[in-house]
Amino acid sequence: MNHLNLGRRHWLGAGAALAATSLAGCAGLSASGPTIGRVVVVGGGYGGATAARYLKLWGGNVDVTLVERNTDFVSCPISNLVLGGYKQMSDITRGYGALKSVGVKVVQGDVTAIDVAGKKLRLAGGSELSYDRLVLSPGIDFMAELVAGLHPALDTGRVLHAWKAGPQTVALRRQIESMPDGGVFAMFIPKAPYRCPPGPYERACVVASYLQQSKPKSKVLVLDANPEITSKKGLFEKAFKDRYAGMLEYRANAELKELSGNIAKLEFEDVKADVLNIIPPQRAGDLARSAGLLNMNNRWVGVNWLTMESTAAAGVHVLGDATFSAPAMPKSGHMANQHAKVAAAAIIQLLKGEPVNATPVVMNTCYSFVTGREAMHVASVHQYDTTDKTFKTVPGSGGVSAAANQIEARYALSWAENIWADSLAL
Amino acid sequence: MHITLRRGAALFGLFGAFGLAQAQDVHLARNLAATCANCHGTNGQARGDMKPLAGVSAEKIVAMLADFKSGAQPATIMHQISKGYSDEQIKLIAGFLAAQPAGK
Repeated sequence: MNHLNLGRRHWLGAGAALAATSLAGCAGLSASGPTIGRVVVVGGGYGGATAARYLKLWGGNVDVTLVERNTDFVSCPISNLVLGGYKQMSDITRGYGALKSVGVKVVQGDVTAIDVAGKKLRLAGGSELSYDRLVLSPGIDFMAELVAGLHPALDTGRVLHAWKAGPQTVALRRQIESMPDGGVFAMFIPKAPYRCPPGPYERACVVASYLQQSKPKSKVLVLDANPEITSKKGLFEKAFKDRYAGMLEYRANAELKELSGNIAKLEFEDVKADVLNIIPPQRAGDLARSAGLLNMNNRWVGVNWLTMESTAAAGVHVLGDATFSAPAMPKSGHMANQHAKVAAAAIIQLLKGEPVNATPVVMNTCYSFVTGREAMHVASVHQYDTTDKTFKTVPGSGGVSAAANQIEARYALSWAENIWADSLAL
Repeated sequence: MHITLRRGAALFGLFGAFGLAQAQDVHLARNLAATCANCHGTNGQARGDMKPLAGVSAEKIVAMLADFKSGAQPATIMHQISKGYSDEQIKLIAGFLAAQPAGK
């Protein structure tokens, strides 16, 4: 609550100068009849884009504005294939134009302040948006401070995370392409929870697949802070052993402690590599933090799973990776899309003053590539438990592939095409 | 909104008596079917290698999912996902998707 009050004071302090532009002023008459309410969605990734799309699809006269910092949607899923040279950036990039054509007002900009009590937010440049309900889909940001020396290395771009797809993906691909044959690619995996549990292991495989073809004397060193592979363990162990023996080395309980120049320091040893790819420890995105919503371990946002409304702030719905996960619920783009549909349905009911769905269901599917052309999945279904007020996986449901294969690679790419269309109204 | 209400009413007519809690939410079938959209397209209008479900008869969708659940129909993934939904939920999903126009 302190954070909220501070945010409010800050907002009010600057308020006198704010009178000027109100983007919200031109909103409200897109469909016939009066709007049933105004919703602002911040963050146009898998969660936010889907929320905006489904609020229009299901809500009729809901006035929906999506605020996104970037000009285009760039997908994290499939981005490891860009690192391996199997896909191009254009393959994982889509526009927001189709969302505009279904009536979503898309505003490119950065949110600089949220006034939770006053139900308004401010954009860089000074314009403001008011709302009846706010949806935040802020993704993750990094806790670089947990590794000595990491902050400056990330800030200067000397060390890349590539855990948000975009310029980092392009830059890491360049580093991998510039590696000498016989070089070392070392990647560091943070302790769970982090975005996309199988993602680091997929990356290790796909980079190794590329190196096997192009620079076969090279090494891939996978240094994992976790006690074991955190997702699809048996399948990744098999891929490491059967496909990349002699090239890829996996080490558990190998937590990065310090970065000094080009040397990554673990507890008992120093690692030197041609390419250091460090996936830092993570928390909910900066936007959630500055709004004072990190009420779970000072790291994640607690939510009411029936509505996705923050348990720290009324009227603010939070989606995706930023949330404090329900048991066995992964931080994934697929899950963020599912969160968004729960939120959209609930927000429409709340705006109408009607009861929300008491028995929501969400499900997840994550495909991982182990080469440029073979993939495998993990899937789960999560039903709301009215007693414990959380989502729980259904006993006997879900599971992983029998083996990675080419059919699942086709399904993985079709999954991407369908979820991008579903989220962005393509 | 009238259309949605009518569709909901028709559904409950089709599939008979469900629990009161479910009958109270006319959007339940829509919400459940939306969990399929990530792979099978919005309202079941799939693209690429995924199976389109929009406009497929409810009986056929129910039968396919029953076969996935029982193992009669081998699958890469649907045998795992289908077991996460109750038979009542599958009937609602099937009814909703059957009523959707086929995709582009």
